[in-house]
Amino acid sequence: MHLGVLFSGGKDSVFACRRAMETDSVVCLITIVSENPESYMFHTPNVCWADLIAEAIGVPQIIVPTAGEEEAELSDLRDAIFAAKKRYGIEGVVTGAIESVYQAARVQRICRELDLWCFNPLWQIDQVEYLRLLVSEGFEVIVTGVFAYPLDESWVGAGIDEERIRELEFLQKRYRINPSGEGGELETFVLDGPIFKKRIEILKAEKTYENYRGRLIIQEARLVDK
Amino acid sequence: MILIVDLCYKARSLSRYEFVDPIAAIVKGTGSECEIVHFTELTGDLIERADRIILCGTALKDDLYARRIDLFSWIDGIEKPLLAICAGMQIVAAVFGGEIVPQPKIGLERIEIARETPLLGPPREIEGYHLHNFGVTLPPGFELVAGRPGSIEAFKHAERPIYGIIFHPEVRNRWVVERFADI
Repeated sequence: MHLGVLFSGGKDSVFACRRAMETDSVVCLITIVSENPESYMFHTPNVCWADLIAEAIGVPQIIVPTAGEEEAELSDLRDAIFAAKKRYGIEGVVTGAIESVYQAARVQRICRELDLWCFNPLWQIDQVEYLRLLVSEGFEVIVTGVFAYPLDESWVGAGIDEERIRELEFLQKRYRINPSGEGGELETFVLDGPIFKKRIEILKAEKTYENYRGRLIIQEARLVDK
Repeated sequence: MILIVDLCYKARSLSRYEFVDPIAAIVKGTGSECEIVHFTELTGDLIERADRIILCGTALKDDLYARRIDLFSWIDGIEKPLLAICAGMQIVAAVFGGEIVPQPKIGLERIEIARETPLLGPPREIEGYHLHNFGVTLPPGFELVAGRPGSIEAFKHAERPIYGIIFHPEVRNRWVVERFADI
């Protein structure tokens, strides 16, 4: 089946893309760039660099801007998916949704309206097991945003490895933080992985952190041979 | 062993991660052993070896299972506990003489449990995740457990432990699968 992946450059959309590539044919990536940093639906930090990941993976990308207001961004998403259907002939859409019924139900409704299949290959996955799977499959994931107590400054820009996963596992038990960050606790960016033909090197980035909210804003990055 | 039947449009599909693996994870969490099999690869031996059977749901656009009801005639004679989720419930309804009817629903909705059963417990209201284009009519020999005629949320065979639920228990209602593993 020819599929389009809703793609932010964060670990969930990249891993969903990986799973879709194992069973089907991913013909385009669909990226919504929201002007609203508190977007209801779309991962925002560094999403403008998702095009570099698309190039690294070697799949064409459709980029659609949205003002990021709650219902208007759904209509922008619908338009983007419709454009992917017309331009690339997609028969289905893949998302990286794990627990969010809000997100999943809205994409399901859009797909139904456009007569497309909808796939959520990370749906209800055990989040700690999933993080370990990412690492064991060779994905290099960094944290580009933290938005919850008690995530300290050391998390901003940190790579997801076994030590960080154990810490997230502890924070899940102690503070009910979603280890994969689907509740908005943390956001990520993927630098390398088994579906990458080239890896991403960050040349310049700015780190901000205050009161358990921090971001790593990528300013310059490039593709390098693996 | 709990036999988990994958009803997705093909074996080892992308939908399996979404509709089959989450059910298997809940079953494993109860300490029960499980085996997963696609409905086109089901054998009499597997059915015989199973203590309980779960028919999983599938993607909204998938209707292959409904066009291959002939592969499910074994359900008619089944005596062991069977939990049929969404597409599975539609199959059970069709096998026992009910109908699969257009009834699209997506998202969380309130569910009125009207009759006490070992699976869903006493009458009360719960919230469940729905993802289906089709619902069912009540087949002869079945009792309405939740919902109402025209919008059946759950049914049970009057004499056998055969249950159908139209909502997806892997979302916010894992306890349903856990209770089934204990019936």
